Amino acid sequence: MKILSLIMIVLGMAVSGSSIAQDQEEFNSGGLETIRGATNIDETRKAEALKRVHKDRNPIARNYVHQPPVVPHQTRGYRVDKNSNKCLTCHGWKYAAETGATKVSLTHFETRDGKVLSDVSPRRYFCSQCHVTQADARPLVENTFKPVDSLMNND
Amino acid sequence: MTQETKMKRIWHYLKSPSSAGLWLILALGFTGGVIFWGGFNTALEVTNTEEFCIGCHEMEDNVYEEYKETIHYSNRSGVRATCPDCHVPKKWTHKIVRKIAASKEVWGMLTGLIDTREKFQNHRRELAEREWKRMKDNDSEECRNCHNFEYMDFSEQGNRSVKMHSNALASGEKTCIDCHKGIAHELPDMKGIENW
Ligand code: HEC
Ligand code: HEC
Ligand code: HEC
Ligand code: HEC
Ligand code: HEC
Repeated sequence: MKILSLIMIVLGMAVSGSSIAQDQEEFNSGGLETIRGATNIDETRKAEALKRVHKDRNPIARNYVHQPPVVPHQTRGYRVDKNSNKCLTCHGWKYAAETGATKVSLTHFETRDGKVLSDVSPRRYFCSQCHVTQADARPLVENTFKPVDSLMNND
Repeated sequence: MTQETKMKRIWHYLKSPSSAGLWLILALGFTGGVIFWGGFNTALEVTNTEEFCIGCHEMEDNVYEEYKETIHYSNRSGVRATCPDCHVPKKWTHKIVRKIAASKEVWGMLTGLIDTREKFQNHRRELAEREWKRMKDNDSEECRNCHNFEYMDFSEQGNRSVKMHSNALASGEKTCIDCHKGIAHELPDMKGIENW
């Protein structure tokens, strides 16, 4: 019994060893190419250079009516958690006038079923779920989307 | 006896061999003073290093870990602000006052006041408030040791920085800590704090 299982183990190892050796020859992307280019599976691609986030600029034009506007300034170190919400210290209604930030719109006070609350609704509390910073990166694919005429204001 | 003869007699005594004991005491007192003073300040300097500050796990596991993700730990110019840069005044008298206040913190450590993350979080609001008050009272002196308003180049700052710095800061209506809370650590529950 013992000898049998020993033989099994040795055989198993031999088989898996040879299959690894075999796989190594076939490690390639099989002709698949992503928008980041083709890389064989056993190779590590060199990382792209990091992109810089815009430090601070005027609001960026929106492309469609209910688009969450993108964030035109950096947000590094801005914590949003149960204790505090850095974004609201500027975008909250109380402080918007003083800081020059756009007030969060009234939709941010509404719950999913349209009830209006006295403060920002929990579903709109984590701002960066919908509003994202912009980096100086070129789009990976061409995009021919054009905003409707009425939204082509600034920029 | 006139004043003059009195002085003469003292001088005479000091020159005589029988005054050797007095000289010895004076000399010992002087060198002892120098050594003590030096030692005191050296000891004080040791407690003024980052290693000392994060020597206890209360600091290392909480505020230090959080601080490591912030601008004062790592930035493009590689200049760091360490714990004492922000938390210990530079002026000697202020420093001593802060150090005496710190003995309370040592007591807190010995009694395990904040020896778990949870306990630390529970006490964080009062700890933070103490620092905010201290910085408010000294007009954010520690920040200004490195960041001098006089030398801020507004053409290099972002729009939002310029707007706030050229109004509320320039007029002296507000000080750094009024607007830059949580610059180096996570914040406690901010309910009821002005501007939050
Ligand atoms: C120090 C104040 C401040 C903080 C903190 C802040 N913002 Fe802003 N934000 C501004 C200002 C000022 C503008 C620009 C308004 C303008 O120029 O009209 C702006 C613009 C924006 C806009 C564009 C609005 C539009 O109409 O296009 C978005 C979106 C935004 N911020 C999201 C955020 C989010 C999300 C956070 C938190 C991660 C945040 N902001 C934190 C001050 C701030
Ligand atoms: C679930 C997605 C979502 C979240 C979360 C969210 N927003 Fe928005 N936000 C939107 C959308 C969509 C719009 C544009 C339409 C509208 O006003 O509702 C918008 C608009 C805005 C505007 C522009 C308002 C105007 O009058 O033009 C600001 C400023 C803003 N959001 C800030 C914030 C801040 C600050 C937070 C976090 C407290 C936040 N948003 C959270 C989706 C979101
Ligand atoms: C030991 C010197 C020193 C002290 C003390 C100090 N800072 Fe800094 N601060 C720096 C350096 C260095 C930078 C990073 C500069 C760079 O490379 O961008 C910085 C950056 C900043 C930034 C820029 C943040 C960003 O995201 O761009 C703010 C805000 C700031 N400090 C506020 C403060 C406040 C508030 C205090 C007092 C509680 C303070 N600093 C104390 C040296 C210091
Ligand atoms: C009235 C509010 C206010 C006061 C007072 C204030 N700041 Fe600021 N500061 C801001 C805002 C808003 C920004 C830009 C947003 C951000 O970085 O979060 C900023 C940005 C900065 C920056 C980054 C500048 C840049 O654009 O690269 C530094 C450094 C800084 N502050 C230091 C200080 C120091 C030091 C003091 C005290 C001498 C101070 N601030 C006082 C509101 C204030
Ligand atoms: C750039 C300045 C700065 C540096 C560097 C800094 N702190 Fe702080 N610290 C603050 C400020 C400001 C507060 C007040 C609370 C707040 O705003 O986060 C604070 C609060 C604290 C508190 C009270 C608890 C809390 O989180 O509010 C402790 C403890 C503390 N710091 C320890 C440290 C230690 C240890 C280091 C070094 C690893 C350090 N700090 C480095 C500025 C700084």
